[in-house]
Amino acid sequence: MQSRSRRSFLTLAGTAAVGAVAAACGSNTGRLGDPPPSTAMSAGPPPSKPAAKVPLQQWYHAYGEDGVQDAVRGYAASYPGATVKVQWNPGDYDSKIVTALQNSAVPDVFEAQVKIDWVRQNQVVALDDLIGPVKNDFSPAVLAAQTVEGKVYGIPQATDTQVLFYRPSLLQAAGVQPPQTVDELIDAAGKLSRDGVKGLFAGNDGGVATLTGPLLWSAGLDYLKPGGREVGFDDPRAATALGKLRTLNANSSLLLGAPTDWSDAGAFIDGLCAMQWTGLWNMPKIRDAFNDDFAVLPFPKLDNSGAPSVPVGAYGAMVNAKSKHVAEAKAFVKWLWIDQTTDQLEFATRFGFHLPARQSLIDKADTLRSGPAADVARFVKENSHLVGGPVWTQQANTALSDAVAKIAKEGADPVAQTKAAVTVAQSELKRLFG
Amino acid sequence: MKLSRKTRETLAFWGFVGPFLIGLAVFAYLPIGWSVYLSFFDARNTVTPSVFVGLDNYAHMLTDGPFLASLGTFSVFALAIVPLTFVLSLALAAGVHQLRFARAFFRSVFFLPFACSYVVASLIWKTSLFSGVRYGLANTVLGLFGADPVAWTGTVDPPLYWIVLVTARLWLQLGFYMILFLAALQRIPGRLYEAAWLDGAKPAWQVFRHITLPQLRATSVAVLLLNLINAYQAFDEFYNIMGDSRGYPPFARPPLVYLYYTSLGSGGQDLGRGSAGAVLLALLIALVTLAQGRLFRFDRGALS
Repeated sequence: MQSRSRRSFLTLAGTAAVGAVAAACGSNTGRLGDPPPSTAMSAGPPPSKPAAKVPLQQWYHAYGEDGVQDAVRGYAASYPGATVKVQWNPGDYDSKIVTALQNSAVPDVFEAQVKIDWVRQNQVVALDDLIGPVKNDFSPAVLAAQTVEGKVYGIPQATDTQVLFYRPSLLQAAGVQPPQTVDELIDAAGKLSRDGVKGLFAGNDGGVATLTGPLLWSAGLDYLKPGGREVGFDDPRAATALGKLRTLNANSSLLLGAPTDWSDAGAFIDGLCAMQWTGLWNMPKIRDAFNDDFAVLPFPKLDNSGAPSVPVGAYGAMVNAKSKHVAEAKAFVKWLWIDQTTDQLEFATRFGFHLPARQSLIDKADTLRSGPAADVARFVKENSHLVGGPVWTQQANTALSDAVAKIAKEGADPVAQTKAAVTVAQSELKRLFG
Repeated sequence: MKLSRKTRETLAFWGFVGPFLIGLAVFAYLPIGWSVYLSFFDARNTVTPSVFVGLDNYAHMLTDGPFLASLGTFSVFALAIVPLTFVLSLALAAGVHQLRFARAFFRSVFFLPFACSYVVASLIWKTSLFSGVRYGLANTVLGLFGADPVAWTGTVDPPLYWIVLVTARLWLQLGFYMILFLAALQRIPGRLYEAAWLDGAKPAWQVFRHITLPQLRATSVAVLLLNLINAYQAFDEFYNIMGDSRGYPPFARPPLVYLYYTSLGSGGQDLGRGSAGAVLLALLIALVTLAQGRLFRFDRGALS
């Protein structure tokens, strides 16, 4: 592991800062290959050549919103401590970054959610020394996405969440109240399915991918128990909650086979469904389509022993342990995602609809002060959960996802299927922690 | 210095073959060898593992429910696609062969889909033809008869998603196998049909059964073998029609899709188990191919 102590980091950061000031004082841009300033007219010995800035590569996935790419390139260009080259990665970014980390020194800085296997393979650098002073300013669920065994490996950049969008006018016409429990949601979806419009759209897989977490949380359960060493859904209530997805799938009130999936608001905007479970990022498009005739809800509680919920996800800025410039990469991450709060606020709220990762910035965001956006900000503060988490492995996720698919789509026994998923998840925890 | 003819020929040989051989070694043989090596190690998120686990990965894959279920999915797919492709491509070839005019046109028309990307075809099938909303083509046709929209890829009971998967593959590959059969049909000597006619054989089915089919034996065996291997390797249309950004349903997951998610999934790459699964699948394909060759007497058929 190439993590460094706070003192050595400060020494390096200080050196970088001195170098930056020295570079800023001259006309030299500091970029590699630039000629030194002319000294032909000056007397005396030539000034010492400023140290060349190290080159850093920073990777982002391809954000869909216009302007984000220019913005992050602008942030990188204005960093005084290094020459940061931003790479935009369309396509399957998550697989690409996993592959890049295996044996490559590139990228130096990248956005991702940490996996425990990355830590076990020494592929990422702990960033506790960077985030320490402001750690309490981050939402616990967002910070949990970047934390493995107590160490933070990514500085959260912005928060995404998913909520239930609905059209109050359609609910009113059908005589339906906004659902507060899972049974009320099922009932509402049924009553809203009429005239070629389906009641609810939660993905073409019938909600398997998006609603598994909310269903567990609705029963007061989770993927893993706090601490991440025990399975969180080894409980009869898990089968009860997951069985509700079968009811939704079996009563023909779910929209299936839509041209675009749950992450796009197309089905909701085109009037194919009255309610859609989708991301906060779609709020501008939905507002453009319906003006004020839309509202949001968290996923409802199963019963009074459960609670409403919204999932949160956040990419964090991470440092590749195989980078040739780990200290410089950490200094850049600190500068951009800890110090530059104005840029962080702009990154989260100007180009699409996200929440800033830091609580103090949420309060400063003009776009989050009223209407459904303010409701979402409140849901995130009060009822947010992390989907899976760094210790939740692919193997465990496949087992749970398969179990839920069999329950929802094939009517398999929820108790037996949940138990099978618990067994695989327990075996993965045993592999990781012994 | 003047080189001998043999040396020049040798240099020319390596000049032509060498670059391709290097490419093959670097991009095919080396990865295959490395994959076999990885299959004996605990290799999560790394291609340079250090923890030797012997046959553990193989034992895991042989008892892994989803992997075994994926073989079941393949079997259903193969049972549908192999005979359908065989019969339909042979029927198309026989039909085109009988044409007295515009034969080249129809040959091209039926062959053109083979040039289409599997990904493009899959997306057209998923979003236009078999979209689950009311304006999908199949649902528009059903709507003319008063039926409600059908969620083609989302309906498991009955398993309507197979209609989408099988028709996509049929559209894409029928033309290729039709061309193979057409070439074989054109090689059958006309005197055999004349002799059959003189012997009083009834045209159509009797001639087809006793003259045409036996003469197509070698091509038929090749078509069946290629078809079965292609079915094992099904990936593109399954991945693009059934998958989404967050996952993949277990009921339509063929072996390669499962191995893809195991080895290269974004949630964590288990290259050891994925490699073991790939080796097992390769062995299975080899075994089935050999068994099929023995069953159909491929050696004799190829020589006849």
